[in-house]
Amino acid sequence: MTENATTDTAPKGDLFSKFDDIIQTRETLLASGVEDPYNLVMEKVLSPTRAICNGRDTILLGTYNYMGMTFDPDVLDAGKQALADYGSGTTGSRVLNGTFQGHKECEDALKEFYGMDHAMVFSTGYQANLGIISTIAGKGDYVILDIDSHASIYDGCAMGNAEIVPFRHNDIEALEKRLRRIPEGAGKLVILEGVYSMMGDVAPLKEMIAISKKYGAMVLVDEAHSMGFIGENGRGVAEEQGVMDDCDFIIGTFSKSVGTVGGFCVSNHPKFEIMRLVCRPYVFTASLPPSVVATSATSIRKLMHGSNKRAHLWENSKVLHKGLRDLGFELGTPEAQSAIIAVIMPDLQQGAMMWEALLKEGLYVNLARPPATPAGMTLLRCSLCAEHSAEEVQTILAMFERAGKAVGIIS
Amino acid sequence: MTEAEVDTRVRALIEPFNKKGVEIAEGTTFANDLEFDSLTVMDFVAEIEDEFDIIISMNQQAEIESYGQLVAAVHKLQDS
Repeated sequence: MTENATTDTAPKGDLFSKFDDIIQTRETLLASGVEDPYNLVMEKVLSPTRAICNGRDTILLGTYNYMGMTFDPDVLDAGKQALADYGSGTTGSRVLNGTFQGHKECEDALKEFYGMDHAMVFSTGYQANLGIISTIAGKGDYVILDIDSHASIYDGCAMGNAEIVPFRHNDIEALEKRLRRIPEGAGKLVILEGVYSMMGDVAPLKEMIAISKKYGAMVLVDEAHSMGFIGENGRGVAEEQGVMDDCDFIIGTFSKSVGTVGGFCVSNHPKFEIMRLVCRPYVFTASLPPSVVATSATSIRKLMHGSNKRAHLWENSKVLHKGLRDLGFELGTPEAQSAIIAVIMPDLQQGAMMWEALLKEGLYVNLARPPATPAGMTLLRCSLCAEHSAEEVQTILAMFERAGKAVGIIS
Repeated sequence: MTEAEVDTRVRALIEPFNKKGVEIAEGTTFANDLEFDSLTVMDFVAEIEDEFDIIISMNQQAEIESYGQLVAAVHKLQDS
């Protein structure tokens, strides 16, 4: 019955008919009676790790709120003060009337956090990748990127005019082969991520950046999922692997460890400031509201001194990874490499059933499915928070055990 | 290398990816006839790139829909 429901009624020339396959998959899934994984409402947020979701008190294990800064009292105070002093919004582009004192302070905090000369704040992390990639890689240049790169990286490529060359995920040899084949003299930008968000695995940045430099390429590293957590000062995987100085551009977001919204690029390139005039996703959009840059700057400065929280988050990640593995779940990485633990589901149907069983237990995780996932996998993606207590991690494991047995994914 | 030689080598490379044993002709399409998904495309393109020591960028891949177009593109690329 659902098979024809969407196609039969469509008038000829309906531009929406290209979505019929997706509508079909979704209807089939919902017809089986599971709660809609993409329509969850948090009615009340109690803390970085707890919320009332669809009426239930729920532990949050899929928020990317790694460092738990969203309810930090200093962060909240900074936001309230900025709202009172500067108003609710800027109503303008950064290059016109949209640069307030707070935007400069936020960029100063980033420069200090990364120890870099330049910092540029965008309205979202997505726009940071979109803007930087599409602007610096032009016609005749080559962008060489990991096949599992985030959608914002691909969209940045699609928006620009460079030749796009993907290589197999985390494959050092595949990267080198492609760099070797690019015509001599062509501009080259290699794009890597510190942590890949679907499987939670880390890139061999040290080796890949060394090869990129050998072939004269510039290197952009997206540290969205490592900022605040990985590396001695929380600067990311590049810091952890000792290659910060060889990164030409680091891109990140405020919507994960920083706990607000926005994106940025930091760089030591002497001409970097020209980006403010030529980067369209920076110029042709309104800047972040004063309260957001104030909360972000305060959070970034506190993250510099977050080593105790970082240690606790590592502990949480390792305990959850080992616990899930011991229960018999198949995981995305052999050991915990980040605060993301990906639990591999047999298929979408069972993944959705497991997701729902966990939600009813009082646990929220992300149900991730193609095309966002690599190799057509369905994943239950867990992201830990430094504010999860050790006891909460044990509670989470017990929930996974009950739900996994009920759905039949573990025995 | 002549286009015929390129054809012979590409034909051999496609074999392990042609799971359903579809007969390969000029007009055989990768998406519809061979039902290649994005992952298969990546692996297949990598094989061709290694065999001929060339790069087929995503921009170029977007223009290649059929087997005949692929052979012509590879022939052109390995000549340049």
